[in-house]
Amino acid sequence: MKTRIYLDNAATTKTSQEVVDAMIPYFTENYGNPSSIYELGARSKEAITDAREQIAQVIGAKTEEIYFTAGGTEADNWALKAAYEAYKGKGNHIITTSIEHHAVLHTCQYLEKQGAEVTYLKVDENGLIDLDELEKAIRPDTILISVMFANNEIGTIEPVKEIGLIAKEHGILFHTDAVQAFGQVPIHVDEMNIDMLSASGHKVNGPKGIGFLYIRKGVKIRSFVHGGAQERKRRAGTENVPAIVGLGAAAKRAAQTMEARAAKETELRDYMIGRVLEEIPYVKLNGDPVKRLPNNMNFSFRFIEGESLLIMLDMKGIAGSSGSACTSGSLDPSHVLLAIGLPHEIAHGSLRLTLGEDITKEDLDYTLDQIKEIVNKLRALSPLYEDFVKKQGK
Amino acid sequence: MYSEKVMDHFQNPRNVGEIENASGVGTVGNAKCGDIMRIYLDIDDNQIIRDCKFKTFGCGAAVATSSMATELVKGKTIQEALQVTNKAVMEALDGLPPVKVHCSLLAEEAIHAALWDYAEKHGIKIEGLSKPKSDIHEGEEEEEEDY
Repeated sequence: MKTRIYLDNAATTKTSQEVVDAMIPYFTENYGNPSSIYELGARSKEAITDAREQIAQVIGAKTEEIYFTAGGTEADNWALKAAYEAYKGKGNHIITTSIEHHAVLHTCQYLEKQGAEVTYLKVDENGLIDLDELEKAIRPDTILISVMFANNEIGTIEPVKEIGLIAKEHGILFHTDAVQAFGQVPIHVDEMNIDMLSASGHKVNGPKGIGFLYIRKGVKIRSFVHGGAQERKRRAGTENVPAIVGLGAAAKRAAQTMEARAAKETELRDYMIGRVLEEIPYVKLNGDPVKRLPNNMNFSFRFIEGESLLIMLDMKGIAGSSGSACTSGSLDPSHVLLAIGLPHEIAHGSLRLTLGEDITKEDLDYTLDQIKEIVNKLRALSPLYEDFVKKQGK
Repeated sequence: MYSEKVMDHFQNPRNVGEIENASGVGTVGNAKCGDIMRIYLDIDDNQIIRDCKFKTFGCGAAVATSSMATELVKGKTIQEALQVTNKAVMEALDGLPPVKVHCSLLAEEAIHAALWDYAEKHGIKIEGLSKPKSDIHEGEEEEEEDY
């Protein structure tokens, strides 16, 4: 069935028309290479500078501290690998969390093979790290703390400002993967003592394949991609000008609409969470109820498996996602759901719904009706539910 | 990603349910990996499977393979039911995506487990049937390292 209700905005978003309109001329008319000397090249260069300025404003950074990348994953790779390389003379210890995106986790595992020692901080049942644990994990040879701003699965927002302060006090670099938070919640790199920040365009109604890494002036991490002099020689390669323009426009737009959008989404989110918890038995909300991205909902429905739920929702025109093994391509369910202490079978029955700006209350009412019906249907099929009911009857 | 037949058996699974005082019941898989299958058999004195029901916790493919497996063994003799391999289940469903092949193995194991239970209860030996593994994921390799 045609997707009518798109509730997977943490996966990606619709590129807004405004963003597309801003990009088009940089394909068709202003196609010059920004490094070229003539007017056509200069126009592209100017567009990049404007986009950099737009992004810098959103996070309180200086324009020259924004480096464009091919997305959030590249920005995470760059931040971690280059920081390790630049500071390994000082030490080889990195602190991160057990609930990071794979762009950070797998990069850390790679660095471990290169000789890094990595501490993966545990999180509590809501997905929050413990600041005391962070303090305790710091060693004289700690060179980097990398903690995500907000989790992509359960939406929990980490105490970034407090983490930034701890990092600063100890003179340790602080990187945050803000892919889910950028454009959703206020970010200020100075107030939060953030040294490096990764973000992506397509999570905020911008184009795919573009993101940026904020690198505080003075942080000595070097080039990730070697070649020409683009991005202050730190990330070579002819700039993806249309995408950069799109990212700038999307960032500007997201900042302008953030307050009103967050208020609306938070209301819808809490309305839906309230109804799901009230009207469906044996369901759990994953993630912190309050310190949570405005657009994120994540539930575990006991006795059922997530992929089945997703396919049945899809047949009703609803798009969502799940942390079940079947949707991850491996046998294990989401590492995030396991890290917050969910048993495997409950982690398999998770459903993430992430709001976008077009979603209405009516959409959510329809979605809830469908979820109820599907959960009932799948429970009737479930041997786990059968065992549970028999046990209850005893 | 799924064939029309898989989708049909997922949306309209055949033989869902339980059989009271079943001749044999087999439960295989584990919740850790996200799929559990339970098959109930009603076998008459002539060793013919009169009825077969199932319950499955798992993905679309797990539900569809259980549904198809019950269809394939219903009305068959025990010996015929033993011939219902995971390959036969897959073929009857017009194929499965490679990552879902283990679901068809689970269906085969579930039938074998139910037959084993029947044999044990009745103190008989079924030619060609060995004690099924309770968990088809046992011994399965960890994800390959890719660094």
